[in-house]
Amino acid sequence: MSQTTSYASTSDAARHGDEPLLQVRDLKVTFKRQGEEPFVAVDGIDFDVRPGQTVGLVGESGCGKSVTSLAIMGLLPKRGNRVEGEVLFNGTDLLKLSDSDMRDRRGQELAMIFQDPLSSLNPVVPVGLQVAEVLERHKGMSRKAAMVVAREMLDKVGIPDPDRRLKDYPHQMSGGMRQRALIAIALACEPRLLIADEPTTALDVTIQAQILTLLKDLVRETGTALIMITHDLGVVAGLCDEVNVLYAGRIVERAERHPLFEQPRHPYTNGLLESIPKLEVGRGERLNPIPGSVADNLPWTSACAFAPRCLNALEVCREQTPQLEMDFGRALRCFNPVEVAR
Amino acid sequence: MTPSPDRRRFGDSKKDRIDALAQTAGSTAGGAQGGTVMTVADAGRVSGGEGQSLIASAWKRLRRNPVFLTGAAITFVFIVLAIIGPWIAPYDPVAQPLLSQVRRQTNPVPGPQPGFPLGGDDVGRDLLSRLLVGGRQTLIVGVLATLGGLFGGLTLGTLAGAIGGWVDSLVMRIVDVMLSIPGLILAVSIAAIAASPSQTTVIIAIAVVQIPIFARLLRGSMLAQRASDHVLAARALGVKPHAIVFRHMLPNSLGPVIVQATLVLATAIIEAAGLSFLGLGNPDDRQPEWGQMLGQAQNYVSDYPHLAIYPALCIIVVALGFTLMGESLREALDPKSRR
Amino acid sequence: MLRFIVRRLIQMAGVVVVLSLLLFLWFKALPGGTVSAMLGERATPERRRELEQALGLDQPLWVQYWNYIKRVATGNFGPSNGVLPGRDAFEVFLSRFPATIELATLAILIAVLIGIPLGYFAARRRDSWIDNLSVMGSLVGVAVPVFFLAFMLKHWFAVELNWLPVSGRQDPTMDATRVTGFFVLDGILTQEWDAAWDALKHLILPALALASIPFAVIFRITRASVLDVVEEDYVRTANAKGLTSRIIRGRHILRNALLPVVTTIGLQTGALLAGAVLTERVFSYTGIGQALAIAIEVKDYPVLQVLIMAAAAVYVVVNLLVDITYAIIDPRIRTR
Repeated sequence: MSQTTSYASTSDAARHGDEPLLQVRDLKVTFKRQGEEPFVAVDGIDFDVRPGQTVGLVGESGCGKSVTSLAIMGLLPKRGNRVEGEVLFNGTDLLKLSDSDMRDRRGQELAMIFQDPLSSLNPVVPVGLQVAEVLERHKGMSRKAAMVVAREMLDKVGIPDPDRRLKDYPHQMSGGMRQRALIAIALACEPRLLIADEPTTALDVTIQAQILTLLKDLVRETGTALIMITHDLGVVAGLCDEVNVLYAGRIVERAERHPLFEQPRHPYTNGLLESIPKLEVGRGERLNPIPGSVADNLPWTSACAFAPRCLNALEVCREQTPQLEMDFGRALRCFNPVEVAR
Repeated sequence: MTPSPDRRRFGDSKKDRIDALAQTAGSTAGGAQGGTVMTVADAGRVSGGEGQSLIASAWKRLRRNPVFLTGAAITFVFIVLAIIGPWIAPYDPVAQPLLSQVRRQTNPVPGPQPGFPLGGDDVGRDLLSRLLVGGRQTLIVGVLATLGGLFGGLTLGTLAGAIGGWVDSLVMRIVDVMLSIPGLILAVSIAAIAASPSQTTVIIAIAVVQIPIFARLLRGSMLAQRASDHVLAARALGVKPHAIVFRHMLPNSLGPVIVQATLVLATAIIEAAGLSFLGLGNPDDRQPEWGQMLGQAQNYVSDYPHLAIYPALCIIVVALGFTLMGESLREALDPKSRR
Repeated sequence: MLRFIVRRLIQMAGVVVVLSLLLFLWFKALPGGTVSAMLGERATPERRRELEQALGLDQPLWVQYWNYIKRVATGNFGPSNGVLPGRDAFEVFLSRFPATIELATLAILIAVLIGIPLGYFAARRRDSWIDNLSVMGSLVGVAVPVFFLAFMLKHWFAVELNWLPVSGRQDPTMDATRVTGFFVLDGILTQEWDAAWDALKHLILPALALASIPFAVIFRITRASVLDVVEEDYVRTANAKGLTSRIIRGRHILRNALLPVVTTIGLQTGALLAGAVLTERVFSYTGIGQALAIAIEVKDYPVLQVLIMAAAAVYVVVNLLVDITYAIIDPRIRTR
């Protein structure tokens, strides 16, 4: 694979076409356990993904970004939760599909890669078969034909000596190689949408960059749309066309990559950026972490959930629910956003 | 010879299960503290505060668990019965009020009749009275055998786990041998040494069978603890070795030991019945015991199955009670089940 | 892999040596010592001394132990003095062994064939009535004394209903040819189908009784293991790949969930041997369990020693086989 890829902007909206591939409308996921208060993990989320576009979902753990992705894939456990809203994929509402119809689409039209590559691979099945079985299932290939394609896929994701690696078990591979194998599995059937849930969090820093570059190259090559779920703004900066920032189950800010990084408007986005250590800051200057934790949140129904931790918080923030409003090409949910001129 | 974690995954089966239970020791304590990050200050007062919160958090989950409550209720009734049994029994368990009805040839066992709801046994004693009184001896056998096994196992396990080195190897080799002999056969061998079987030989035989299980459990959790952060921190602070063992390692190992002890109470009672059945039980039936009654019923079981069914039901219910309690305790103390 | 087997064999040898030492000391610790055990309590002092010299009991303990090892290694435990008086104790063991193997094999088959599917089923329908019922059943199964269950099965199905034979290994009036000592197998080999069927009928009740505890344990381990595995990330991956539920069940859930079950099956050989002592006695089934029960009753120490040694050996060998099986089916161990 090529290491020389430039970080050219891919945010050219015209190139993607205007018909969205995925439209998430008012998605709401409620967890209910017997004898416990229902917990709203995702609280009415809307966003679009156009063909070939890379969209980021960013936020702290517990903000609902993983639950969103599992809800789109139909992978939430059948019991103990309720999913409401619409997930339109090519115009079809995935939430209304039968179990077996959804099963036909998963791995074929939409695929997903997960955070921990070791635990996400079956330890007692050779990696080659784990790639080949998707092809057998969705492309109706024989084992032999599927293995040939599996070999090509391993080669394509940059696994050296793919012939030998086909027969290897996950524990015989390094962390980076396992994640490459997972990518090979996800892309084997050339899906139109790929969801990557924290794909680099469990990896070494040096490997992280390689995996991101690989993802970026493959997505561009195949025209696959990508939803990138991460808590790491560094990942977003290198990869995403558009970024949704989530807080406590709601989108608080959405913008294209450049405006977001140059001019964060929501205090939470701003806080995330401020808490990244920068080289150019002089010695002795302190980092600006976001105070408090998600445990301090207020309920969205009567306030801004972020208000207790917000440096810009006003009286109104604790009394009214802010709405997601359009503001110069970006969506923003805040009564007192960060000033434009910084 | 030290087993790597991988080795332990698939190694010697019986040992494995015990070791797996042992692994829950440290993690339970850590989980009960509410976080994975343990500061040095925490490590200094692990024993006191942790024991408290361990019990508190387990209790919180157990209080609403119907399985545990059922087991606890059975156990409670059993203990009450063991205490008051002799007073509520309508007859002396040794008296033979139905002796006149026992005819060796035609009617060896008197049937139920007014005043004797369950009838009599083969020498005309009231079956109900013997059942009511029998609970006490059954409890004594179960508790003493468990305590004996616990004490032996604690000693060996602590020695092996705390000292390590050749002591560990030696103790563990012996424990492995004991584990490789099926429990009942080991108990039978020990009971057979004694010149004449008695209550004491039954208790000793069952206790010895439990020793290797407790020893391995203790040693496993000791080893897990020795590598844990809070013991490391205590050592770094210069806490004396024996204080580390007794104030830090032992208290944290107690969770799995309690679970195992509860389960052993059940097996002890069942195995006592087995020994009795093989003729190695206490032959002196002036103080009845359920296992003994069940074992002695074998000669009449084909014609008078009720002689076996009543004591067997008592044993089954009580063993079930202990098992339900033990299993729900294990679940409550297992950090994995909290998801 | 080979190194692993060799290491296990060495461990096994260690276990056998320590066990022989314990048995030797146990034999010495018998009331009145070896001589009384062999001659009975009423032997004359002269006779005792003679035998002591003949057995080398006047020599130092370690020499005695060495002699003991030499005798034991050649299968010479001395003559049986109770179970089959006069016959060599080791021969007694050999003549009884196939019966118990047959019984234990059927019992473990029953336990596995019911326990594993039921365990999987219960786990996939967690908290359903069938799950609760089978969990409760398995807990009761462990709480019921094996010999009591054997009694009840015998009472209902053999005595009351007369569906199956009450005791023994085969109808004594049946003139069956003996080949291997495994009666069912013999019947099949010689094509004496009625003999095979009769032997099988004799096996059913004792095997059911014997299977109760292994069944309960295998069921619970399978259930717990499946519950663990379905929560694993790789099962989520398999679902994300849209695989059919048949492949997810077989390749992704069961292939992982059955690993601990394999170990458990090995562990259950111990319980089977102990259970055989009780079950065989109830059904007068002439296996090593029944021989052991008699040996205890009549204090036939040579036979007792062989049988205890054999029980430990069987347990160790079965577990070696299980470990090898495990290593074959778990690539994490095989390919290390």
